[in-house]
Amino acid sequence: MIFVIELLVSFFLVVGAFFALAGSIGSFRLPDFFSRLHGPTKSTTLGVGGMAIASAIYFSFHGEGISFHEVLITLFLFITAPVSAHFLAKAALHQRLHENKAALPPACEKETGPHE
Amino acid sequence: MPAYQKSPIPGNRWLPHPLMTLVLVIIWLFLVNTVTFGHLLLGTLLGIAIPWFTNRFWPERPKIAKPFLLFRFFFITFVTDVIVANITVVRLFLQPDISRLRPRFIEIPLDTQDPMVITILASVISLTPGTVSAEVSEDRQTLIVHGLDVADEKLAVQTIKTRYEAPLKEIFSC
Repeated sequence: MIFVIELLVSFFLVVGAFFALAGSIGSFRLPDFFSRLHGPTKSTTLGVGGMAIASAIYFSFHGEGISFHEVLITLFLFITAPVSAHFLAKAALHQRLHENKAALPPACEKETGPHE
Repeated sequence: MPAYQKSPIPGNRWLPHPLMTLVLVIIWLFLVNTVTFGHLLLGTLLGIAIPWFTNRFWPERPKIAKPFLLFRFFFITFVTDVIVANITVVRLFLQPDISRLRPRFIEIPLDTQDPMVITILASVISLTPGTVSAEVSEDRQTLIVHGLDVADEKLAVQTIKTRYEAPLKEIFSC
């Protein structure tokens, strides 16, 4: 394989791995549930995105023809990641995990109902 | 005004979602990773059958008024924002004193009540790091967003509204 291609693949792999690692470190270090939610959404965007680009470049020059699977992986991840994050946040709001942490906006207070 | 019905692309009984058919054919070709006549035929068959069978689930067709703006929004605004914001958030994650973060909820008053525009807006907010959309109020008037490090609430709301909501409203013309 051409050296430049190898360099590009390595670069995108390292970038992807770095953002995935940073996302995990963030999830570990942050103090409360809602802040931790930010970790996983990061690793799916640039973390998996970088690795998908590396994989697309590698297989486009290694196999037969251009590889399009990575485009689909990225697309599906970008559609599903916000939905799962939204569900987690919604569930946490209704479980009242925010108590004693960040103040809740009034519209949200109305939504989750009065405290029992 | 709902952003549905009068689609620029005509649909009929047998082809209720022309745009979805096109997207399904493209996804099929990407999945098999080859462009042969047989797979094009099979993809077209699926692209016609799936919208036809699922038509009852989504009878309306999205109305994309400005396709060019849609491309510009997703491939320029969105991609650059994801990259820039990722770097900012990584720096926040790795800073020595994690308690300096100012996480809080912000309320974004919505200018549109269209479910699809709200869905796309909420997803874009979640994917651009530093913000995760948490809840839509029942009357679809406000979107509640959790920000990781919010210095100025008014500024954050204003940024989201001008950068994401305004173009989305223009694209789907509502």
